[in-house]
Amino acid sequence: MPAASPAFTIGTPPREPWPIGPVTPPVANAAASAGSFNPAIGVILQGKASAFSQNPNTYRVLGFPLADEARIPGRRGLSIDESELNLQANVDPYLFGNLTLSIDPDNHLSIEEAFIQTTSLPWGMTLRGGRFFSGIGYLNEQHSHTWDFADQALPYRVFLNNQYDDDGVQLRWLAPTRQFLEFGGELFRGDAFPAGGAARVGFGTHSLFAHTGGDIDDSSSYRTGLSWLRTKASDRTTSVPGGPDDVFNGNSDTLIWDAVYKWAPDGNPVETNFKLQGEFFARRDDGQFNSLPYSGWQTGFYAQAIYQFMPRWRVGARYDQVNGNRQTGLLALSTVDNRGITPRRASAMLEYNTSEFGRFRLQYNRDWSRGTPDNQAILQYIISIGAHGAHIF
Amino acid sequence: MTHALTRLAGLGLCIAVLFRPVGAEALEVFACEPEWAALATELGGDKVQVFSATTARQDPHQIQARPALIARLRSADLVVCTGAELEIGWMPVLLRQAANGRVQPGTPGYLEAAQYVRLLEKPTRLDRAEGDIHPAGNPHIQTDPRNIAAVATVLARRLAEVDPADNAVFAARNQSFAGRWNAAMQRWAQQAAPLRGIPIATYHKGWAYLAGWLGLREAGTIEPKPGIPPGSQYLAQLETELPAKGVRGVIYAAYEDSRASEFVAERIHVPVIMLPYTVGGTERARDLFGLFDDTIDRLNRGLAGGVSAKR
Repeated sequence: MPAASPAFTIGTPPREPWPIGPVTPPVANAAASAGSFNPAIGVILQGKASAFSQNPNTYRVLGFPLADEARIPGRRGLSIDESELNLQANVDPYLFGNLTLSIDPDNHLSIEEAFIQTTSLPWGMTLRGGRFFSGIGYLNEQHSHTWDFADQALPYRVFLNNQYDDDGVQLRWLAPTRQFLEFGGELFRGDAFPAGGAARVGFGTHSLFAHTGGDIDDSSSYRTGLSWLRTKASDRTTSVPGGPDDVFNGNSDTLIWDAVYKWAPDGNPVETNFKLQGEFFARRDDGQFNSLPYSGWQTGFYAQAIYQFMPRWRVGARYDQVNGNRQTGLLALSTVDNRGITPRRASAMLEYNTSEFGRFRLQYNRDWSRGTPDNQAILQYIISIGAHGAHIF
Repeated sequence: MTHALTRLAGLGLCIAVLFRPVGAEALEVFACEPEWAALATELGGDKVQVFSATTARQDPHQIQARPALIARLRSADLVVCTGAELEIGWMPVLLRQAANGRVQPGTPGYLEAAQYVRLLEKPTRLDRAEGDIHPAGNPHIQTDPRNIAAVATVLARRLAEVDPADNAVFAARNQSFAGRWNAAMQRWAQQAAPLRGIPIATYHKGWAYLAGWLGLREAGTIEPKPGIPPGSQYLAQLETELPAKGVRGVIYAAYEDSRASEFVAERIHVPVIMLPYTVGGTERARDLFGLFDDTIDRLNRGLAGGVSAKR
């Protein structure tokens, strides 16, 4: 960066006498953040009251092995939900660090994200390393407190155990164009579902994704993208209620197409705004399921719409569906046999926000994941205290 | 892995050739708000290409980190924002996603205007129970033209630092702007003399600097607390409180919903006055001079004449 030229002479600044009112001399205030080097600290607290017409402990999505996060849709009655502690700060002029700890209702502490990221690489490059949510899809990167529903969309639940979160490195490149155009590639350890066992000596998963987007007019904008995640599972073990554990060895390729459209009058979302989003998933599995040759082609999608009809109030609707495979022979009636059932779910929600930091949500799901309908009602709060976290699009 | 990376690099190269950066010769200025975009245009002329991230119809507190903004920030040579945490809900994520090392905080390419003026209303108690407050002080500094003058000098210097070749142009344009601005401030001061001491109510605490400059008395806000929309009970309370304080008008910004302000003004029989708030807020507020011309006229019509100056 070129240094300031000493030859520069400023113009004549307005001199006294000031027209009227007290004098506000041009002074250099200390930057707001300069007083303290502490990282920004944010805390998310969540709680729920839930009712399920079927026992949540026997939950399954027919045709799909489910990992731990996806196995139980919730607990009946009153319960807190995941509590989150986030710390983040710039490390120096070149690096940014972020830690998100999550504590589940059973008091288990886990590291949700712990990564460092470059801030000033040339040519629009960003390199990230550590544990983080993969940049694939749209919802994968969004923390659960920013979701528009109390639970994750079905395809994310069955294909990615809610979100693909693993240890690895990520390189993103933002094209120098007016149109938002971003490419990314990731390499992960391969410990997270649908991978498992840190295959390929700890480089078990890789991904590629591309996103593009922009403004359509003053009021509306969009983003869409394609992602590919390749995972290798080495003795990946999942369980189903009342059955023996399932073991999978092999490769899975997951393809995701995501699209989101947002609207607000004149681009001002304060009074009313609208959001339409959807994602389509396709997955090919190749390997051995419980030591039997297995090849699967599964698909799924969700579509949802959220409308803020007046300040503080939002309504939303969602439909999601996943399509497994019919199995014959030795895999018949195993976890990967969908028994001719298409798991699907319809949801509606109503939200009241006390401010941008406090949210109360009532949600109803009719869930056909098991073939027979399960009526689910959830009353939820999500609050955010501490540092004002900025949200991604 | 190498396979995937090679493929990624190849794809990247193709795209880079297809979409060459546009307007590479002019200095690209990314302004968070329209007032700083207008100021950068005054000082930079045809040496700069200015983009405003927000419009006068948008609430600068609440902006989505849209893909279009990320793409613009990617190629910016200079960022000029208000600062004082006005953009805390969107700028940090834009800066991280845009991956532009030239405009990160701490570099010459990043300028926060609020660091160069005296901030008013620095809260003594930092608690979100007080609403959406800003720890550094009230960030709505552009409503006082003296602050614009102070920021102009800093911005001109910064333009020259980022683009030393056009040093002389920026210095000359700043001198010309300062002269015209000084003259305009004298004129506005004369025009606004009758406003001195008049009590007003405002929708948001967005007018502290304007009030300080013109000697208007801020007697209350329609929002019970910053960023919190009023409820019916609070509105009823205002109906008795504001007349008791002698309030002669209710002021709101072009980007704000007018209904609550209109409701209160009607109940207490005073005019409601929409002010442009920033460049582009009204038709006349096409540049910084028009912004204050229109602001003073609307205040004079509304408060001195008693006629509603609503657009």
